[in-house]
Amino acid sequence: MSWVWLHRFGSPPYFYRFAGRWAPWFTGVALVLLAVGLYGGLVVAPVDYFQSDAYRIIYVHVPASYLALMTYTWMAIAAAVGLIWRIKIAHTVAAACAPAGASFTAVSLATGMIWGQPTWGTWWAWDPRIVSQLFVLFFFLGYIALRGAIEDRERADRASAVLAIVGVVNVPIVHFSVDWWNSLHQAPTLMRADGPKMPMSMAWPLLVMIAAYTFYFVAIMLMRSRAEVLRRERGGAWLRQEVGLPEAVR
Amino acid sequence: MKEFLNMSGYAGYVWSSYALAIGVLLLNVWLARRQLRQAREQARRRIAMQDGA
Repeated sequence: MSWVWLHRFGSPPYFYRFAGRWAPWFTGVALVLLAVGLYGGLVVAPVDYFQSDAYRIIYVHVPASYLALMTYTWMAIAAAVGLIWRIKIAHTVAAACAPAGASFTAVSLATGMIWGQPTWGTWWAWDPRIVSQLFVLFFFLGYIALRGAIEDRERADRASAVLAIVGVVNVPIVHFSVDWWNSLHQAPTLMRADGPKMPMSMAWPLLVMIAAYTFYFVAIMLMRSRAEVLRRERGGAWLRQEVGLPEAVR
Repeated sequence: MKEFLNMSGYAGYVWSSYALAIGVLLLNVWLARRQLRQAREQARRRIAMQDGA
């Protein structure tokens, strides 16, 4: 297989235009899926026998949690590619992931707390799943702070990439924490080796919401990457054209 | 409708979760768009200054 096509993405103008072309499509698909998922989760899905309507928090809690881990993994992969092969676009993509990732980790924790109060009787527990997810938030925030603190862009890229890669160790810990330790947080209902432990009438809106969040994440990542590309570019004919300046006179 | 909004008495928990989740979805789009607009404006100014120098 030829990898030549992949190299085009290393070119800032190519990547910038590619991202600009695809971001609206991902946003559109995300909106449609979101509308279907919300309707399914709030209206169509039946009431749970044990948790009554409180269980409906699952349709925003699980997608946010899943997205937090996916965003982190993607950020760490991009950072590693940037670090190993010295590809600037990869650092650009990694940096574009962090703010959205941090916000989704916060939503995951907050909706978890709101769900915990009526079902466990407490807002917060020092439970392995919750604490490890809190660390994901700290790694995102640390990554953003580190990038902000280093003036030199290449040094910021390298240092933040190392932090992102170190933090990825935490991702499997979050995922398997509910299997490794018997604690308050329930075991997975959907992503199980023996298949989903949820009736299809309840599971389908969740799957739709997870798909919606995935498309949404790609859209945000593309939009933020474009802004990063613009910040990094020093000049060039394509950039002049993009910002609406006439051709340079030489 | 009233029954739906009441969420079997869990209205506060359910609706605050959904409001938070959707609010953050909207916030991310708004921030990303604003960032792109600002980056474009900064790039324009930077190049215009280089031209002037």
